[in-house]
Amino acid sequence: MRITCPHCGPRDLIEFTYQGDASRVRPDPASEDQEAWNKYVYDRANPRGWHREFWQHHGGCRAHLLVERDTETHEIRSAKFAREARS
Amino acid sequence: MTFHRLPTGGTLIDRSRALSFTFDGKRFSGFAGDTLASALLANGVMLFGRSFKYHRPRGTFAAGSEEPNALVTLVRNGFREPNLKATLVEIFDGLEAESQNRFPSLNYDLGAVNRLAGRLFSSGFYYKTFMGPFRNTKIWMFCERFIRKAAGLGKAGLIPDPDRYERMNAFCDVLVVGAGAAGLKAAQTAAKSGLDVILADENPHAGGALNYASGEINGQAIWAFTASVIEQLGALPNLRILTRTHVWGFYDGNTLAAVERVADHKAERSPGEPRQRHWVIRAKHAILAAGASERPIVFPGNDVPGVMLSDALVEYAQKFAVVPKGPVALFANNDTAFAAALDLSRLGVTVSAIVDVRRDISDFAKFLAGRSGAELIAGQAIVGTEGGKALKSISVRPFDAASGEVSGTARIIACETLGVSGGWSPAIQLASQAGGRPKWDARLQAFLPPEPMPGFSFHAAGAANGAGDLTQAFSEGHSVAAFIAKGLGKKAAKPSPVKIDLDSADIAPAPVLEIASSDSKQKAFVDLQADVTADDLRQAAQEGFAASEHAKRYTTWGMATDQGRTSNLPGLAVLAKAQGISIPEAGLTKFRPPASGVAIGAIAAERFGDLRPYRLTPMHDWHLKNGATMYAAGLWERPMIYGKPGETVEQAYVREAKAVRESVGIADVSTLGKIDIQGPDAAEFLDRVYTNMFSNVPVNKARYGLMLREDGFVMDDGTTWRLGETKFLMTTTTANAGKVMQHLEYFLDCLWPELRVHVTSVTDQGAGAAVSGPNARKVLEACVTGTDVDAVTLPFMGIARGSVAGHPVLICRLSFSGELAYEVYSGAGHGQKVWNELLEAGQPYEIAPYGLEALGTLRIEKGHVTGAEIDGRTTAQDLHLGWMISKKKPFMGSAMMGREGLMKEGRLTLTGVQSLSGEAISGGSHIVLSSDPKAPGASLGHVTAACYSPALGRHIALALVADGNVMIGRRAFAADPLRGRHVPVELVSHHMFDPEGRRMYV
Repeated sequence: MRITCPHCGPRDLIEFTYQGDASRVRPDPASEDQEAWNKYVYDRANPRGWHREFWQHHGGCRAHLLVERDTETHEIRSAKFAREARS
Repeated sequence: MTFHRLPTGGTLIDRSRALSFTFDGKRFSGFAGDTLASALLANGVMLFGRSFKYHRPRGTFAAGSEEPNALVTLVRNGFREPNLKATLVEIFDGLEAESQNRFPSLNYDLGAVNRLAGRLFSSGFYYKTFMGPFRNTKIWMFCERFIRKAAGLGKAGLIPDPDRYERMNAFCDVLVVGAGAAGLKAAQTAAKSGLDVILADENPHAGGALNYASGEINGQAIWAFTASVIEQLGALPNLRILTRTHVWGFYDGNTLAAVERVADHKAERSPGEPRQRHWVIRAKHAILAAGASERPIVFPGNDVPGVMLSDALVEYAQKFAVVPKGPVALFANNDTAFAAALDLSRLGVTVSAIVDVRRDISDFAKFLAGRSGAELIAGQAIVGTEGGKALKSISVRPFDAASGEVSGTARIIACETLGVSGGWSPAIQLASQAGGRPKWDARLQAFLPPEPMPGFSFHAAGAANGAGDLTQAFSEGHSVAAFIAKGLGKKAAKPSPVKIDLDSADIAPAPVLEIASSDSKQKAFVDLQADVTADDLRQAAQEGFAASEHAKRYTTWGMATDQGRTSNLPGLAVLAKAQGISIPEAGLTKFRPPASGVAIGAIAAERFGDLRPYRLTPMHDWHLKNGATMYAAGLWERPMIYGKPGETVEQAYVREAKAVRESVGIADVSTLGKIDIQGPDAAEFLDRVYTNMFSNVPVNKARYGLMLREDGFVMDDGTTWRLGETKFLMTTTTANAGKVMQHLEYFLDCLWPELRVHVTSVTDQGAGAAVSGPNARKVLEACVTGTDVDAVTLPFMGIARGSVAGHPVLICRLSFSGELAYEVYSGAGHGQKVWNELLEAGQPYEIAPYGLEALGTLRIEKGHVTGAEIDGRTTAQDLHLGWMISKKKPFMGSAMMGREGLMKEGRLTLTGVQSLSGEAISGGSHIVLSSDPKAPGASLGHVTAACYSPALGRHIALALVADGNVMIGRRAFAADPLRGRHVPVELVSHHMFDPEGRRMYV
């Protein structure tokens, strides 16, 4: 599997660290809604097909990328900087 | 029966270069281009080895990688490489080969008595015998030794692999696997269309079956035409031809693994040349054109040396000019053997008979048989053979292909070689790894490559796709390459015209793959390499292991190094018939990588031995010169103790710790993680990351910080220094430096991109020395310039900038030891000089370098936590760090840390432990209440760190104990049953030394 880092170009999987599901939403930091926090910290879907996830290019520019990957085929539809995708 | 070399001919041998080699110590000669198999056959050798279970004499059966029998061990400079196919080993001057699985010699093999005990080795023998009543008994252990010795393949050597291997990564538009007719054509079209192409073939020469096809293309002999095509392709800059390269694995992302035998065939290697090279090839598309293997028809007595595949006879004859001396018979269910008969007869070989299970033979086949001079015996089948170590005759009876019944009386036909053809099995191993279920083709009685699974892209072409002749192979090769080229936006090159003049026989067989004759006493082998017979498979089916995947494991059919290339289909036919179902219903077993044997060394390549990089501090050499015993802390090498001659580890660390408490010591703390944090929102960022406030830390002050994970458990601790309004230096534990860095980067990139903060790891940029002890300030006073270091200028947690030995330093008054202490940081390049100067200044106070053991002792005495206590399961309260939790702000982990289970009573809590008996407490001991070592009772917790405390004069420890707060003052035992220790202890506060901290605030 290769991920095309917007800085570094297409690079092999071994340069990246999986940093988790990008679709989950962190509750407001002051929120005391335990349900919501529990869901955020522990609940993970395990979808077959498209999945939004964070990958850190630890062996390159160290940026976190927001990657859309097909969990069945490992096809990667997009990879952009997580910072830009979120802000 | 023997073979011999014809005086002329041989498309792949160079008669001007004679080579000398040995087989089982005997010297032979061959020609450059010979394989070990062809050279031995040319020398009249027929017996290549003994079989796996029954030690039956076996000859070579095939001519290529499908060979099940002729496995040999090569010996080079004492290093043994077993289980190589003699059909793929190229000879060189001085090659040493040995036959396998024989004792004392190939000709007189004692293990052959196993044949008499044939019942002993029937299906499921191990399971029934030794997993049953004798399981784990002495009987099994006794028998095992003999069985293991008797059954088996070659023996691995005992010396380490002396060879060098290397790894290559490659990228291409198209990887073509197999350089036969279809593969060459595909590579040609792809390359001429402008694609980046890699063409890999496991053989020493590209060309595949073209190298031994009789006939002409464009008026040229096929092999000569092929040679000129290969030469033209070799000149193309965008085509790389890898010969001696077998592609063995097909992985996600269309990544294929291959091994190139770079120097296996050379007598001498060039300096630095690897023996093999492991290729990881990322191909946009793969074209699988590895051809097809001829498979046998199984019949009683079919494993006598001299029984071979019909196509192999032609291959040996044409490529190496090696042919049978005596009369040859052929046995077939299709027309392949008829063409073979004609080829052989043209070379002067006597073909006495062609036995065919079919009654109706095509006119063309009859014509071929007539030209070859062979007697055509149609509608009959072989039911037995004569000959022990060499075939003498076959016995033939009338056969009904529809019912599979033999009838009538046997006729004996003398022959010394038998060529068998049961049709062709396309090489679908790679396609099967990357595809779904193979497709059954009833006409060819064969499985064709499956469709690729999602995410994979491959196309099969030529014989690997079921093509029956050259015209079709060329055309498929061209069209798949053209299709791929168009898909990649290129204009596909036009095919160059070829005029083929070749008698092609129809490869479609009658559906007969086994001749079962109930009155034969001879074994009919399905899998020659694993010694599995048709009866074994029938027995497996009868015992409930009929499903092909079950039968495979129960009998070991298809599990040997050849992955059952010649045995899969005949075996399936037997299983299907036993159940009264069709072959596709029986279902082919799944192929898994590697498609053929791979040396582990090739995969490891240069990654062997100690793979870790070492991280050394700037003062590393000094430590070694000064008697340090180094200790691997993660990747770092850190001094454990600075032992003096005759000192034990305990004596050394006790001396060092004492020096710190009584005068002054110095420790290398360069390994602590250091993260530079800058930006207008740096303080806000730290407030979110740490449990306590950092935005109110004054400039030039440090604060001890605690970090939780999202789930509320403690992650790491350390001090963070405010160097300016918007600039901080965070320190982390040595072990967690990388993890914390990644944690911070994740927050900034993924959670809080709005924060204007940059984090940079500067661990390697700095050298750190901790100067600790009552005399620490005096040491600094003597060598630091540019700043005062008195208690006013440099209060506890204060920061000052100055110089040591002319080098800028950053000093922070921190204490891990509980003493008056400073950490002095300089640039890494100045570390040694600063260290030297500090030592010099400390001389009057007999400054002592101290290592990890003393560092640990000092912190245990003080009850300071490290990774042993921050074990991922402890909360701030568990570690008595609840005072560090700010209630004024949310922070990472604040929402989850208050969960019921994290707050409830009975949690493991940091507790001090003191030995009452003078005995040492071992790390990992359990705290129990029972005084009886034999019945220690339930564990209340465990010891995380232990030492002898010179300050307290006794053995002490830290432990995580259930309800530790309540347990203080209680007596208990530290139980270590493995070491036979049961030490009476008292549970105490974790602040065991100077609980008020008076010593560090002076």
